[in-house]
Amino acid sequence: MVKTLDRAMLVRARQVAQSVPDPELPMLTLADLGILRDVAVTGTRVVVSLTPTYSGCPAIAEIRAEVASRLGAAGFADVEVRTVLSPPWTSDFISPEGRRKLAEAGIAPPRSRSESSGGVIPLTLFARGPRVDCPVCGSADTVRTAAFSGTACKDLYRCRACAEPFEHVKEI
Amino acid sequence: MGFDNAYEAISEESDSGHRWAFGTGFTDPLAGVDTRVPAGVDGADLAKYCLMLGDDALIMSHRLQQWLARAPELEEETALANIALDLLGQARLLLTRAGTADGSKRTEDDYAFGRTEREFRNVRIAEVADGDFAGLVARLLVFSTWRLALLVRLQGSADPVLAAVAAQGVKEIAYHRDYAAQWVIRLGDGTGYSRQRMEAGLVTVAPLVAELFAPSAVEERLAGVAVNPAQLRPEFDAVLAEVLAEAGLEWPEVAGLAGVSGQAGRDGVHTEEMGYLLAELQSVARVMPGATW
Repeated sequence: MVKTLDRAMLVRARQVAQSVPDPELPMLTLADLGILRDVAVTGTRVVVSLTPTYSGCPAIAEIRAEVASRLGAAGFADVEVRTVLSPPWTSDFISPEGRRKLAEAGIAPPRSRSESSGGVIPLTLFARGPRVDCPVCGSADTVRTAAFSGTACKDLYRCRACAEPFEHVKEI
Repeated sequence: MGFDNAYEAISEESDSGHRWAFGTGFTDPLAGVDTRVPAGVDGADLAKYCLMLGDDALIMSHRLQQWLARAPELEEETALANIALDLLGQARLLLTRAGTADGSKRTEDDYAFGRTEREFRNVRIAEVADGDFAGLVARLLVFSTWRLALLVRLQGSADPVLAAVAAQGVKEIAYHRDYAAQWVIRLGDGTGYSRQRMEAGLVTVAPLVAELFAPSAVEERLAGVAVNPAQLRPEFDAVLAEVLAEAGLEWPEVAGLAGVSGQAGRDGVHTEEMGYLLAELQSVARVMPGATW
């Protein structure tokens, strides 16, 4: 009986934490973005583990507050949000659903990182950036206009087929 | 979230009480992370090492922030702001790690705002002011190439917190290095005038390079935890050679900047510009001690 209740609370806590929107990419939930590492319930206490996307991501304080506030509203008074640094977040953690939602919002999702891990990172010297398909018309004829953008996780592109500028979530 | 106007959001009384706008109300960046010092590692030395790497990031970040509203184009300003933000994030983690490693429980703010110039342990290349954009990209190329080589190796540190901070930082610094390299190539391989400015930029940073590879006593004592910077030189030279060849530039042969009785940034001996930088960086904390925002 107690076990069933615990499980029901865990399911509910997980649902609440998973569905918190990211403040900078509000079309994505924390689950879509892949930064939610774990939700654990012990008695009435909920522990949520998160991994920041970038070392300096200013949204993480906002996300922590939002997770605690939404869980509080759902009846969980005792909430702890922990940081998990290892393994670090990579753009590969963005779920297929998250990629679909990004493209739908006109933001090109990151490609999967095919590089072999470890060792020295090669110098790319790619002034044009990696090849990214236009999220509006699907053309591969795009050009990177800036290596950084309004948030740490994105850069800027322009499509030469439909002329639309668009953002792209960087592969890290 | 979800306010009709910005003023409503700013005046929001949040549950946590001290958060008044997006991006404020900073919390411990290591909250929930196991910060116990591994057996056999000297906590005081580990803290000193974290300050070295943390100060490099903090001071470099501050110099980059000074470019905001001065950069030649909006895209470059955004890039420099993002690079500064990544480095500030690394600094926050490393300074917080320092306070947990030596048991002093000092916070990132205590270290950033409560130390004097002689207590900062950053290498001097992080603190010098940039004369122009070419000087900046030369400095950023040198700093990022060196720091990337360092962080790649630090991923294998015996301190799991340092190893985790390094693993995240490697991916960020790789982008910074690419950004700087592309500009060095563009300016070096551009017009006669841009090339001349780029050459002058290299001349200003070259004297600050030797210091990057001189191991301090702390780094030598922390074998297995710290990276000995002397071992970074071959990779650094190879990357610089590749970029300079592409840019059609040559590395200037100039003497290293002397320290004082052999002491330099890692010993707390800085250039004249460091005092002015700290005066600005610490100004608000000095006027309003203990203020949070």
